[in-house]
Amino acid sequence: MKQSTLIWIVIVVLSGGFLAWRTAQTGMGRAYVEAETVIAESGETWTIEKTADAKNARSFNPTTESEAIVKLSWPRTIGVWCAAALTIAIFSFLWGDNPFYKLAEAIFVGVSAAYAMVVGFWTMIVNKLFLHLFPQFVVDNILPNLKGADGSYPDVKYLYLVPLVLGVMLLMRLAPQGGWISRWPLAFFIGATAGLRLVHYFQADFVSQIQATIIPLVVLTEQTTMENVSASIRNITLVVGVMTSLVYFFFSWEHVGVVHRISRVGIWVLMITFGASFGYTVMGRVALLAQRLEFLFDDWLWIIDPASRRLIGG
Amino acid sequence: MRAFLENLDRRWIFLLVLIAVSTPILLKLTFPEAPSKQVRTVFSAIDDLDDGSRVLIALDYDPSSKGELEPMASAFTRQCALKKHKLYFMTLWPQGTPMVNQAIDILKNEFPDYEYGTDYVNLGYQTGGEAVIKKLASDLHGTFNVDANNEILKNIPMTQNLKNVRDMDLIVNVSAGDPGTKQWVLFISTPHNIKTVAGVTGVTAPTLYAYIPRQLSGILGAIKAAAEYEYLLIQNYPELKENPKAKEGLRRMGPQLVAHVLIIVLIIIGNIIFFTGRRQGTSV
Repeated sequence: MKQSTLIWIVIVVLSGGFLAWRTAQTGMGRAYVEAETVIAESGETWTIEKTADAKNARSFNPTTESEAIVKLSWPRTIGVWCAAALTIAIFSFLWGDNPFYKLAEAIFVGVSAAYAMVVGFWTMIVNKLFLHLFPQFVVDNILPNLKGADGSYPDVKYLYLVPLVLGVMLLMRLAPQGGWISRWPLAFFIGATAGLRLVHYFQADFVSQIQATIIPLVVLTEQTTMENVSASIRNITLVVGVMTSLVYFFFSWEHVGVVHRISRVGIWVLMITFGASFGYTVMGRVALLAQRLEFLFDDWLWIIDPASRRLIGG
Repeated sequence: MRAFLENLDRRWIFLLVLIAVSTPILLKLTFPEAPSKQVRTVFSAIDDLDDGSRVLIALDYDPSSKGELEPMASAFTRQCALKKHKLYFMTLWPQGTPMVNQAIDILKNEFPDYEYGTDYVNLGYQTGGEAVIKKLASDLHGTFNVDANNEILKNIPMTQNLKNVRDMDLIVNVSAGDPGTKQWVLFISTPHNIKTVAGVTGVTAPTLYAYIPRQLSGILGAIKAAAEYEYLLIQNYPELKENPKAKEGLRRMGPQLVAHVLIIVLIIIGNIIFFTGRRQGTSV
């Protein structure tokens, strides 16, 4: 047996033993819910389960004074364990590519795509397209809330035939013949998007940005001298930064002499910007790592309890 | 020593980062924050509104950015609720629906007097990205004909007389990318001059600062700004002092500090190795 295999077996056995011991000792990784009964106007009742603190569950804390009925939720408990296992599986990529990482990655991609598809189907195809083309069928069978107080149905809107036809034409791409038909709706989408963006980008990213750069280099207001000097330095930095960066990207003149020196300043401005971006990115990634570790230590292992949800791990 | 460091397996670096981030979490290390001018501007944008103003909260992010953006979304929601603003939640990201629900859970658990339909409404998710934002400027009911519970907006007190997003007093956008703050600036705040503030991820923040102050009133950039915002919120609303859920961003600054110190040390060591190697002619 290879030494690395032996090390891994020892790590897995020790980790498993720790988890089994901690689960038996503390009940870690359990999720609790509070049942809430909802009564509809029609008189129909159903129960909604919302997340509850473990300290309010009598099975976990017999001395609780909470009047709410808080109970263990097996589906959510399994969810916590699955989330923990998948988090560790993704982290395992740092050691090297492995089947656990590949499995977690595939699950993530599949679930995200399916979730987006289902949400898109209900919010767009059902709530918009079908509702406006077949209101009676949709209201009677899917969305009873949309029936008017007098029993009326929403009006049919024939304009929605246009997106329906365009959508069907787009699907022709999958047909063995007539794939060219899908180019027409694609041309429509591209044209509409380009037109939509052109105006707004011109207004927000071009005109407004030029306006924002036309500022006084020497600020003389009723504020203190220090504040005026500070504002002046800020404005000069902004204008010089913009101008020198623009000169760096100006290729109609050869970058020699004065142009070269100005463009060098532009490079420095760009480098400082990239450095700031990198610093921000590092901060963002550390925050994401901290959040996942908090999940593992808090929701799963019950080592910490920052939100005071339990009686242990605080 | 230099040869050892030059050939160090990168997995040791990963382990160091893991320890650097884990230790403050386990030891519950937190540090005081000094809110920046930018953070104070965003805070004032919400706080200076008259009580009961209409605020649209667009949560355009998904679970992969939750660690950075949830503290901001929660802080915005708490502050608006303390100011008794009327809140309109929505998302342009399909996986943003649970993020909106978590913000609404704050209202349900911490502000039980807040009633659905009269104090807050969940418009839910709408597909279409920037086209949705564009249409919101002219027709709310045509964009969201129903709320997240499939109730017609005309039957909900808060939305029945609302024509479009221009009726809002403030737009608060928490965004992780596209569609997000950039699109709100392009299609709403610039052409219609509607006051907008944003909370964004560290990756997108540098690209959005150019819109301040004309097109965006202010930005919270990454977890540092979120922690400063929470600090400011607790200072102004001491009732949140005992609420551990209102200190999520502050908690995450402990790991930030230690991890950043480690990264700076590693960068310095890396540069020393590189320059000594270059001087000796052995650097790659």
